Amino acid sequence: MRYINLCFQVHQPYRLRTYRFFNIGHDHQYYDDYQNRHIIRRVAERSYVPANNMMLDLFREYGNAFKVTYSISGPALEQLLQYAPEVIQGFQELSATGCVEFTGETYSHSLASLGNKEEFIRQVTKHRECILELFGQSPSTFRNTELIFNDDIGLTVSELGFNTLLTEGAKHILGWKSPNFLYYSAVNPKLKLLLRNFRLSDDIIFRFSERGWSEWPVTAEKFVGWLNKIPQNEEVVNLFLNYETLGEQQWKETGIFDFFFALPGNVLSNSPYRFSTPGEVSKQLQPVAPVLVLYPISWADEEKDLTAWLGNELQDEAFRKLYENEQAVMNLGQPDIIKDWERLQTSDHFYYMCTKWFSNGEVHKYFNPYPSPYEAFINYMNVLSDFIIRMEEAGQPGPTEVPDVAPVKEPLPAVKKTAKRTPVKKKPEAKKGLAKK
Amino acid sequence: MFGWEFPPHITGGLGTACFGLTKGLIKLDVDIIFVVPKAFGDEASKGFRLVSASEVTMDFMESEQQEHWNRIKYMEIGSNLIPYVGEEEFETLTGMDERLLEEKNKSVFSRRYTFSGKYGKNLMQEVSRYALVASAIARQEEFDLIHAHDWLTYPAGIAAKHISGKPLIFHVHATEFDRSGENVNSVVYDIEKKGMTEADRIITVSNLTRQTVIEKYGIDPSKVFTVHNAVEPSGHQVAGNVTKHVKEKVVTFLGRVTYQKGPDYFVEAAHKVLKKDPNIRFVMAGSGDLLNRMVRRIAKLGMGTRFHFTGFLAGQEVDTMFAMSDVYVMPSVSEPFGISPLEAMRSNVPVVISKQSGVSEVLKHAIKVDFWDIDAMADSIYGILHYEGLQKMFARYGKEEVDNLKWENAAYNIMEVYKTIL
Repeated sequence: MRYINLCFQVHQPYRLRTYRFFNIGHDHQYYDDYQNRHIIRRVAERSYVPANNMMLDLFREYGNAFKVTYSISGPALEQLLQYAPEVIQGFQELSATGCVEFTGETYSHSLASLGNKEEFIRQVTKHRECILELFGQSPSTFRNTELIFNDDIGLTVSELGFNTLLTEGAKHILGWKSPNFLYYSAVNPKLKLLLRNFRLSDDIIFRFSERGWSEWPVTAEKFVGWLNKIPQNEEVVNLFLNYETLGEQQWKETGIFDFFFALPGNVLSNSPYRFSTPGEVSKQLQPVAPVLVLYPISWADEEKDLTAWLGNELQDEAFRKLYENEQAVMNLGQPDIIKDWERLQTSDHFYYMCTKWFSNGEVHKYFNPYPSPYEAFINYMNVLSDFIIRMEEAGQPGPTEVPDVAPVKEPLPAVKKTAKRTPVKKKPEAKKGLAKK
Repeated sequence: MFGWEFPPHITGGLGTACFGLTKGLIKLDVDIIFVVPKAFGDEASKGFRLVSASEVTMDFMESEQQEHWNRIKYMEIGSNLIPYVGEEEFETLTGMDERLLEEKNKSVFSRRYTFSGKYGKNLMQEVSRYALVASAIARQEEFDLIHAHDWLTYPAGIAAKHISGKPLIFHVHATEFDRSGENVNSVVYDIEKKGMTEADRIITVSNLTRQTVIEKYGIDPSKVFTVHNAVEPSGHQVAGNVTKHVKEKVVTFLGRVTYQKGPDYFVEAAHKVLKKDPNIRFVMAGSGDLLNRMVRRIAKLGMGTRFHFTGFLAGQEVDTMFAMSDVYVMPSVSEPFGISPLEAMRSNVPVVISKQSGVSEVLKHAIKVDFWDIDAMADSIYGILHYEGLQKMFARYGKEEVDNLKWENAAYNIMEVYKTIL
């Protein structure tokens, strides 16, 4: 039996409003409510609602021969509940089919796995409770923000009771190995790893409507043909996509819905593949080999590293100044402070500060509210400054102030730790990925 | 009088200075025709006539002007004489409709000081078109002398002089050396030099500039006079309405974020001060081609939550910014005059200014440092914030000093210069 896992990420950040120096100290409204509502409504109408309806139709058609997996971030859940509750209802109906798995992630789609372990654990736990409450499932599969993963994160995730983890089939990690098998973490064999087949996934996300591409148009028949070309012994194909790919990144007019609607029938009748979910596959299959990941990988860009979120001066400064507050926030424990603390951690804020796109465009401009990374940084730091003032006023000493030696050579304390602790030899190509910026 | 901008459409100190001067001269019973390349219609013009070069009617029947028919037609659409813009921006700007242009004025102007580069032939064409219109005005209007402000209007001044035979005065607010350092644009330099040579009298805004005019342009010192700028008395009391929402002291830089203004020295000094006392906020208000580099630098120095950027500020926002400030710093590398410290002092804000500015010649109650001496700059900022005596002294004498720098006095001195040739 060969398996195909169809996993969708659903995420929308709380975008910040234009927050100026003059607002610092008295104005604690940080979010662009109008724009956030507008975007949620638009994405719901173009993507989430029609996609959910299509999935329900597919379940009616194929019953439990069709399976699908979702990771829904906390900010997406909150905003959908507020502005588009019909989408949450749709997910609940899908959950009721029994053929849908919900995965765990950090509550606010944060980079806490790299910033602060306690906060990471708190957010993962909060997200799990939230999913349980809304959809009646307690996730056993973990999908970290942007598929970020290294051995250290793997250990923490195992401690939290997850047995399966989704990450990127990054070439510099796999080397000659194929992503189409079940693997396990080198530092903890109990944690099964499912790796994204980025070629087939990106064929849909990025290239589906690219008319200049020799394979255009992509049809379900053609796609199944590609699946059948994969060597017979390879067991599982993981397609991890953004849910917004359906209808928003790829408009309805590109035929994306028709493609997905036709896909299950074609897979089931013309290929040996069967639909499954990560949890099922990790029970069914025997892992074939360990995978060692010293330095964090992600699903971003060509590099498959962290440079979309961390690494330039702006990102590192914002990231460091943010996580300096963890202790103070937790000591205070006030709900409104925690709410903003979570929303400020959302990875998108750091993504907007990335300077890579000067060369590498379209994907990153998607929903980016800022004309440049500098504006993104200035605005974010103004908000963060106000946030710090609020904590100081509430009686917390606040973060440690400007340090004597400013430049941070190593942006990620987590990395250093891992490198020291892990007994195994270093992989030179993995190191290169991080040392870049 | 030939200028290139007038309130409220100002991009730098020049418009403010022209406004103050004309007001001062009117009080001395001088009648003024002020010509700007494009009058927007909402300029404050009380007691004198504001003539837009775009609106001047020309007698097209005169044969020598026939060949310029097409150009003049264009002038009626609007002359796009833009002071702080290089060739590329000029082309983009002129491609836009007027509404956009007006919006751009605010942002682009203040950001660009790039006189370092090349000027396109289009900008030069505009300058000569302006000169052409100037000759028409010289024919139509009655006047006793011609007063032109900065190089873009020099050809206009010369043209008017040739037509009318009236004496010509050039007012030097900045030279090409101030704008571009040593990498001067030779075309601009030539216009400046020709203008200064042709002029009957030259007025400079500081002794510093006077020295430049004499040394770099080889002008006879006997016809160069220094008349320092002044500042409008604060008409409205903003400070009362502004609530400062941060409890820390605020140190402000306000101006174009360009090489000439020395923003990098401000950043480094801020870093030194914050090491000593982290409970201070620094604000850089303005935009310019060095802004992104400054943002990266403060991130690198780890000052992200203590150093803020406001972008370009105008009008009321500037007053608000001053009202929130505890120290104002002007670390200019080269500043012919520099009105902004006077505006700060008017709002009772103590100032630290660079010795390389014209304004340092007239101020006693200000701390003066070399722009490159970040230790001294940091020291002064720290001192003003921590030693109450200093604050009190600056608050008491600074305002008084500034209030005595009246445009009437500057206008009186200009009248004295006028009298030497009338």
